[in-house]
This record gives sequence, structure tokens and C-alpha cells, in this order.
Amino acid sequence: MSIGDSSTPLGIARGLGSAREGGEHWLTERVTSVALLLLGSWFIASLLFLPKLDQRTLVEWLHAPSGAIPMALLVVVGFKHALDGMKVFVDDYVHEPGSNFVINTLLLFLAVAGAAIALYALAALAFGGAA
Amino acid sequence: MASTRSRPLSPHLTIWRWGPAMAVSILHRASGIALSVAGLAVLSWWLMALAKGGDSYATFEKAAHGPIGLIVLVGLTWSFFQHLLSGVRHLVTDTGAAFELGVNKTSAILTIVGSVVLTAALWLWILGYLK
Repeated sequence: MSIGDSSTPLGIARGLGSAREGGEHWLTERVTSVALLLLGSWFIASLLFLPKLDQRTLVEWLHAPSGAIPMALLVVVGFKHALDGMKVFVDDYVHEPGSNFVINTLLLFLAVAGAAIALYALAALAFGGAA
Repeated sequence: MASTRSRPLSPHLTIWRWGPAMAVSILHRASGIALSVAGLAVLSWWLMALAKGGDSYATFEKAAHGPIGLIVLVGLTWSFFQHLLSGVRHLVTDTGAAFELGVNKTSAILTIVGSVVLTAALWLWILGYLK
């Protein structure tokens, strides 16, 4: 197929096959979504069935491994899924490659920082003495 | 492609009406952004306040129990259930199923009905009306 001056961008791209990237991001978003379906349901169910939602009960809940471990998973998978989702949003609306890279990198830093803060707090609750 | 002459545009961007499927599509994105930004911020703050205890938790509790805090928390709960239900709908459509007009419309409406009912039920439970 010869490409003349009248070729559209779609015409040029046709026949070249996939971009060979992006599939992993798409699949990761789905896999983390299924994980969050379970972890999110656990979180809501926990809030429902804790005897009280006061500070003492919550600290004891997250001090025990049965609370701390799923919560750590919720934090890690939650931030990862949020980052993947925000990337879709940014890629849809920020087309200039430089700005796109800057915003996505900024979001990556924010997500890692947020997850680190939440995990630090969880570690303090899990390994510290229950208040 | 490079022509700067102004060309007539199709009116498709101005002639449309709301339908359940497009509403749910936008709600999925909006609720995802709300959860990514406000949801994870509140979660991290909550965990940090629990870990530090004392005045830190009192500050969080005061904010959470105020009118603005309640609006944010109820909004996040609704975002959570909406994103969860429309997310499951997305997983189904990812397999190529449920694109028939009737099924697609009904499932879109059901995610909204479900998210409102679950949010109301959860908060009535938390506030002690269903115990």
C-alpha cells in the first residue's frame, strides 16, 4: 500500500498493528478493580459490624492483623487503581506530550507519597501498643 | 488537514439528550476522581489521626461530625457504591456482553438506584436507625 499526500492519520496508522503498549495498563486497572471489589466490601462490612465506631474500637481493629493486613492491601491497591484511573482521565484531556508527562509524573509522586503516609500510619497502629 | 479555512461542523456536539448510559459513564469517571482525590485523602488523614491519637483524632472527629464533613463522607460513600456498581457493569461490557439497548439501559439505571439505596442504608445503619 503506497502512502500518498492525501493519506489521513488513520490511513497511515492502519495495518501497522497494535501500539504494543497500553494493554498492561488496561488489564492492571481491571485486576485491581476486582481486588478492590473484595477489599472495599470488606471495609464497608467492617464498619457495619464493628461494635462502635469510636477511636478505641478503631485502633484495636487496625492493631490486629485481621484489620491491619486487609487495610494495607486496600491502601496499596487503592492508590494503584486511583493512579491508573487518573492516567486515563489525564490522557483523555491533556494531549500535549510535555504537559501530559508532567501531570502524570506529578500524579505518580502524589500517589506514592499518599500511600507511604497511609502505610506509615498503619504500621504505627499495627506495631505500636494499642491505645 | 492543514487547511485553516473554517469548515462546517456537524451539530453532534450540541444536539443530544441525556440517557442513562451516558449519565452512568460520566458518573463513573466523576466518582472515580472523587474517590482518588478526596477519598484517599480522607482515608490517609483518618489513618494518620488514628495512629497519632489524642488531639489529632479529636480534630478529625470534629471535622467528620460537622455538616461539611458529613456531606463529604456521604458523598464519598455514594461515589464508592456508584463506582463499584458501574465498575461491575464495565467488567461485564468488557466481555462484549450487555450492549443490547434494553439491557444496557436497564443496567445503567440499576447502578444509580443501587448506589442511592446502598448509601442510604449504610448511613441509616451508621447513624443508628437500622440497628
